[in-house]
Amino acid sequence: MGITVEGASKRFGDFQALQDVSIDVPNGSLTALLGPSGSGKSTLLRTIAGLETLDSGRVLIDDEDVSSKPVQKREVGFVFQHYAAFKHMTVYENVGFGLKIRKWRKPQIQERVHELLRLVQLDGLAERYPSQLSGGQRQRMALARALAVQPQVLLLDEPFGALDARVRKDLRAWLRRLHDEMHVTTIFVTHDQEEAMDVAGQLVVMNEGRVEQSGTADDLYDHPANEFVMSFVGEVNRLGEHFVRPHDMEVVLDPGERTEEAMVRRIVALGFEIRVEFVLGDGTEVWAQLTRAELQKLELREGQIVHLRPGQIKSFSGDSSPSGDRGASTPRGKQGGDDAEVTAAA
Amino acid sequence: MRTANSDASRWGLRVLGLGYLTLLLLAPLAMIFYKTFEHGLAPPIDAITSPDGLHALKLTLITVAIAVPLNTVFGIGCALLLVRHRRKGNAVIDAVINLPFAISPIVIGLSLFLLYGTGGWLGPTLAEAGIKVLFSVPGIVLACIFVSLPFVVRETVPVLQEIGTDQEQAASTLGANAWQTFWRITLPAIRWGVAYGVVLTTARVLGEFGAVTIVSGSISGQTQTLPLFVEKQFANFNLPGAYGASIVLAILALSTLLAMNLLKRKEDA
Repeated sequence: MGITVEGASKRFGDFQALQDVSIDVPNGSLTALLGPSGSGKSTLLRTIAGLETLDSGRVLIDDEDVSSKPVQKREVGFVFQHYAAFKHMTVYENVGFGLKIRKWRKPQIQERVHELLRLVQLDGLAERYPSQLSGGQRQRMALARALAVQPQVLLLDEPFGALDARVRKDLRAWLRRLHDEMHVTTIFVTHDQEEAMDVAGQLVVMNEGRVEQSGTADDLYDHPANEFVMSFVGEVNRLGEHFVRPHDMEVVLDPGERTEEAMVRRIVALGFEIRVEFVLGDGTEVWAQLTRAELQKLELREGQIVHLRPGQIKSFSGDSSPSGDRGASTPRGKQGGDDAEVTAAA
Repeated sequence: MRTANSDASRWGLRVLGLGYLTLLLLAPLAMIFYKTFEHGLAPPIDAITSPDGLHALKLTLITVAIAVPLNTVFGIGCALLLVRHRRKGNAVIDAVINLPFAISPIVIGLSLFLLYGTGGWLGPTLAEAGIKVLFSVPGIVLACIFVSLPFVVRETVPVLQEIGTDQEQAASTLGANAWQTFWRITLPAIRWGVAYGVVLTTARVLGEFGAVTIVSGSISGQTQTLPLFVEKQFANFNLPGAYGASIVLAILALSTLLAMNLLKRKEDA
């Protein structure tokens, strides 16, 4: 069941939550809506579910216009950030709620609920109350509850946002596997680019109520449509009008072609990866991502003067003064990343 | 580190608090229990089982049976309106609901008297239709509804705000309509707030005196509720009767509180 949103706009008082948003989610895909808070990604998700109504625009599920269909009839599974567990019901009753509403018979409910509890590995906890579960267990229960009614699409609103880092990683892998097994069209909202890239096949990057770019993780990383996408998807250094990824910063001890003098300000060891912060002559702060071996070879120390050679540099035409033939004709928010000039390193 | 000084102040505060409560609440209550049974069980039991006493008890229970359910339904509905459907007029409704707290019950009684009396706006019309409000049960019930109106609303609003809308929205994504969501999700989630409101409403209706005095006329054996009966016995120097009826009132109110606590404990277990 593919999902299409066309020209969606939504305003809350003075706040423009969505501004002419169009997205296309193919049947059976796992798509992430990625953006900072206030970018409209949750509103878009809630619009698809029918929890919010649009001021203008349409939502299509499986090519059917559902814009005026109430949430009860849209047959979407929705998972909330804070689980929205029914606190006065057991895990079993929570998962069986949608089936009970649909007037399933008891034996069938029992069978289906236990099937789902096995799927989300909450088998032995059917008689517990949500308050007796951990955060991760609660979120799995919420997922089972959403899946119980065999929804056409599964929507997850920051599903791992309230969990600690370790549980989050486990659940991410687990959601991926679940999706591979069930093939239900899934959209999930996150502000964590690493999580989006880890879990989703398709990403939609949103900012200030608009879609900045959509595509695969590689598309976005290698061909960002604009400055926002480049800096939001992955780390970035800004050198005047140019942008360069920290792992594309080459550190050399002697000056050479296209190098710039810099002082090592701080060396931070983050396990295998080393983050080295520099100050350039004009006061610009940049950092480079090195491996432990590279650092040892260079024997860097804080305060040392070295030389930096940026590898792949990108620059963007900018929103107001487009330059380059394709950049000007590609509207903001449409798929593609070709309006970024890419200068390959020598 | 705990010092002798902080220990002393802790005990000082405890003694002060308990002393205050004893003096103001416990001592008068203990006194009434003592006075009631001073000459054995017979005098108070005689007083309360007299025809007038039994009638007063019955009338009070009828009033509770009508006023409390009405205020509960209204209170829940009103709380839902205030919390879940934010509109401009809500602030006005919110303020109006507090009126019974702000106005003296006797003034409430007087206002009802003016409205439903023979010279009032509604009195003649209702009289023509054969409905007698003043000096009869409808007037007493109206007065009790008025004075106890805010309790369920005030107890339910914060609970509704606290539970938020997530659970209700989750229910709707699972196919539940508004009615199903209310019965299966919202009401169970707010039940203890509502229950507390019901206990307070019941206690207030049981004990209401000022407003009922005015509208009922306090006719023995006809429009006399238990608090009015107590006052009448007291005025007639039938002290055992007054004390006995007071004890019955206190026991009724305490048992609603106890019933709620038992229900809650049973559920928590």
